[in-house]
Amino acid sequence: MKFAIVVFPGSNCDHDAYHAVTKVLGEPAVFVWHKDTDLQGADAVVLPGGFSYGDYLRSGAIARFSPVMESVKEFAAQGGPVLGICNGFQVLLEAGLLPGGMRRNRTLKFICEHVYLRVEHTDTPFTRDAAAGQVLKIPIAHGEGNYYAPPETISALEDNRQVIFRYTAPDGSRDDAWNVNGSAAAIAGICNEERNVVGLMPHPERACELAVGSTDGRVVLESVVTALDGAGAVA
Amino acid sequence: MIDEATIAAHGLAADEYQRVLDILGREPNLIELGIFSVMWSEHCSYKSSRKHLRKLPTEGPRVLQGPGENAGAVDIGDGLAAVFKIESHNHPSFIEPYQGAATGVGGIIRDIFTMGARPIALLDSLRFGPLEDPQTQRILEGVVAGIAGYGNSIGIPTVGGEIAFDESYAGNPLVNVFCLGVARADTLVLGRAEGIGNAVYYVGAKTGRDGIHGATMASEEFDEATADKRPNVQVGDPFMEKLLLEACLEVITTDALVGIQDMGAAGLTCSTCEMGSRGGTGIEIDVARVPQRETGMTPYEIMLSESQERMLFIVKRGREVEVEHIFEKWDLHAVRIGDVTADGLLRVNDKGVAIAEIPNRALADEGPVYDRPTKRPSDLDERQSLDLGSLPVAPSSNDVLHRLLGSPQIASKRWVYRQYDHMVRTNSIVLAGMGAGVVRVKGTKRALAMSVDGNGRYCSLDPYLGGMLAVAESARNVACAGGLPVGATNCLNFGNPERPEIMWQFARAVEGIAEACRQLDVPVTGGNVSLYNETDGVSIQPTPVLGVVGIIEDADRALTRVFRRQGAAVVLLGETGVDLGGTEYLHVMHGIVRGNPPALDLSAERSLQRLLVSAAADGLLESAHDCAEGGVAVTLSECCFDSRGIGAEVSLPQESGTGLDDREDVMLAATLFGETASRVIASVAEENADEFFARAREAGVPARLIGRTGGTRLRVSVDGDVVIDQAVSEIEETWANGLSRYFGGRAA
Repeated sequence: MKFAIVVFPGSNCDHDAYHAVTKVLGEPAVFVWHKDTDLQGADAVVLPGGFSYGDYLRSGAIARFSPVMESVKEFAAQGGPVLGICNGFQVLLEAGLLPGGMRRNRTLKFICEHVYLRVEHTDTPFTRDAAAGQVLKIPIAHGEGNYYAPPETISALEDNRQVIFRYTAPDGSRDDAWNVNGSAAAIAGICNEERNVVGLMPHPERACELAVGSTDGRVVLESVVTALDGAGAVA
Repeated sequence: MIDEATIAAHGLAADEYQRVLDILGREPNLIELGIFSVMWSEHCSYKSSRKHLRKLPTEGPRVLQGPGENAGAVDIGDGLAAVFKIESHNHPSFIEPYQGAATGVGGIIRDIFTMGARPIALLDSLRFGPLEDPQTQRILEGVVAGIAGYGNSIGIPTVGGEIAFDESYAGNPLVNVFCLGVARADTLVLGRAEGIGNAVYYVGAKTGRDGIHGATMASEEFDEATADKRPNVQVGDPFMEKLLLEACLEVITTDALVGIQDMGAAGLTCSTCEMGSRGGTGIEIDVARVPQRETGMTPYEIMLSESQERMLFIVKRGREVEVEHIFEKWDLHAVRIGDVTADGLLRVNDKGVAIAEIPNRALADEGPVYDRPTKRPSDLDERQSLDLGSLPVAPSSNDVLHRLLGSPQIASKRWVYRQYDHMVRTNSIVLAGMGAGVVRVKGTKRALAMSVDGNGRYCSLDPYLGGMLAVAESARNVACAGGLPVGATNCLNFGNPERPEIMWQFARAVEGIAEACRQLDVPVTGGNVSLYNETDGVSIQPTPVLGVVGIIEDADRALTRVFRRQGAAVVLLGETGVDLGGTEYLHVMHGIVRGNPPALDLSAERSLQRLLVSAAADGLLESAHDCAEGGVAVTLSECCFDSRGIGAEVSLPQESGTGLDDREDVMLAATLFGETASRVIASVAEENADEFFARAREAGVPARLIGRTGGTRLRVSVDGDVVIDQAVSEIEETWANGLSRYFGGRAA
């Protein structure tokens, strides 16, 4: 099971994702440079966090034109699991692989802290090892994570069970005070209709070791390992 | 023809200009005058401070690189070096808070990665005027946003820092940024131009007209015309710097590189002549080859621009293509602008025609050095006198505690650090706000603890003692996290050195720092001096800020300030005296800054720190927190905060013996809120208590069992009377809102 971690100019969580995958999970991973189009036979693709191209225009707006994104789209179209974390999620939105967009946090400030997420659905490759309704403590670090989509899109996301993570209180209850950035429907992460592409603003790769405050993010990365190993076993 | 007005406009004194004439043996042209002017500015030449800085201890068994390079370095084992430095960006941050602070962050990061180190942590030490002033709120908000904007984008966590407030900083805020990186000890890169015929490369952003004479500006006082200097402040581009950072670290893995230097203050001028001077070589460049952002720039402007995110590289002859290729991968254009030469001169050409020729050494090392007169301030005796008997009777200790916890100086800084990405790189094993900054070093068992501290109030009352106390506090904070302090960097923020009273403050503070660093075994490996911090003739409080770095051998044993369990022993380490001089208590409750700061016994301090480090390493401690502003009562409160509400019940003996026994309220204040140095509140699990007390006895460190953790209230009795009894949740709310309340709805 091999992970490809895409490196855009300005990615700054690429090494963190690499550390989590290789050192914590013990799975192989390769960095894929944004100018390359070869995903090197990876079984899953991670678009890491950071400030691709400085995010001077709109988060992720330029990264989506990188040559590597053509390969990522192809990979996704073939059902390959793709995870976009933070800036990676923003790139997936800009690339049209996921619906909606981001506004600035409602405080108009960058926010870095641990938040609570409820896992809404477990039938994606990145949540299959979690329990539905499980609450994860995972950090966020973003200035533009206030998810927005028109009401009809939000309804469609809800109807299709595409809202995968939601900001909640520590006990898993919906509470606007815990909707840290003001996202529509408290959305922290979504998947595509085919359920193989998942994007979320919180950083699971920063929550894989007790030393850094939480291990709740491991389930996101571990899920895809079991998803693929399981698929292999069945085949 | 250079006339007197031109010389004066360049900030050169008459005797300095004469020195220029002597060095050149002729009149300089305007370009040469501009080059001398920036290199001999206070900011670049340290001409007022150099004599005093020589007193600092700079050597030690772990020191790999002392002052004089882009940053200092200490050996942290496993073949690795911690590379670190602190630098000020005070003047620009007052003129344009966001960009001033942002480019301060960018500048210090470049100093670290030019040494070949990957930057892994940032800290900030900030000073502002009183927060009630909307102008201060605006400056603070801008500075914090600027630090966040740069650090978050480039992906280096801001893991800690400190903020203090005083009237004297209202027109002259301080923004001191510390950065630490890790490098392989055997591949540290130096800022030297060596090897005749090697290529001089320019890499990074194009040169514009921004920041021309920034270094000269940083060497002047402010007045009302300062707002006109806005074009002197540079604009930061963290994305460009991120590319530079990655490309540099990649180039360093080849051995094609001879040296690197950041173009910071005085830009191309400073980087060329300093690298030449260190390498004992000459440098010849052609300004026409320098990438330019604007049309029609003159050679003078190109040489003096302080555009950000530019670097100078010396590349081995024959290896140029290899290096160019790496930069191209990162979409950076490396341009060969000249060569290393044998004649020791900085020779600047414009399309092949020589337009400036100055010896590198004259610019970088042979600038004027002043032994400026010093004079003890005439009002110091008066300010040091403190008649405790005449203080108005204070309110109840419960009320005082609330007032102190709610004062911005002591209150939670969460509103600030929440805006900083303090977790990126997944090394932050102590989160911001929980004590010293602590980052693990991946690939080893170790972690590095770091802290930046200074107390302008103490220094204004006694700069010698204040300097010592700054070193002690910073090292103590590192020791509280379990780190053995191994090196220091300092940022010396003072007023106008041409005034003897200011120069006296400077000289005394440096002497105090030197003494403390010697006795606590923390050599100074570099730093920065920021003078002329005055507006309209009013100087800031003398503010030396010390950054101390320590090694935690086992990262799993790092400590925070927070009580971890119910029923642990609460221990007060160190002796308490009647120390109310210069305290936050006097300032907040009585509105005065007077008296003598707490005395410091460096040998007791050293024993305390060594005890903390060894006890932490052996897992004997649950938590440790330095007793600083607000004394024991505030320290105990902070140990309860963020603990999910673990309280404590403690009892303390009343201080006495100053002939003020009729003023029980004053003695009570000294007991609870006095700031006697070299004290720590630690919590110790029951099963480790005997062992810990035995070790403290052996180390000669006074250790008193003052109570236990438990419950949800903080209850403190003095001589048997309960004087503080508060629900932790209530005092925590006061503390949590003390700073954020000034930013209203924007705090949420």
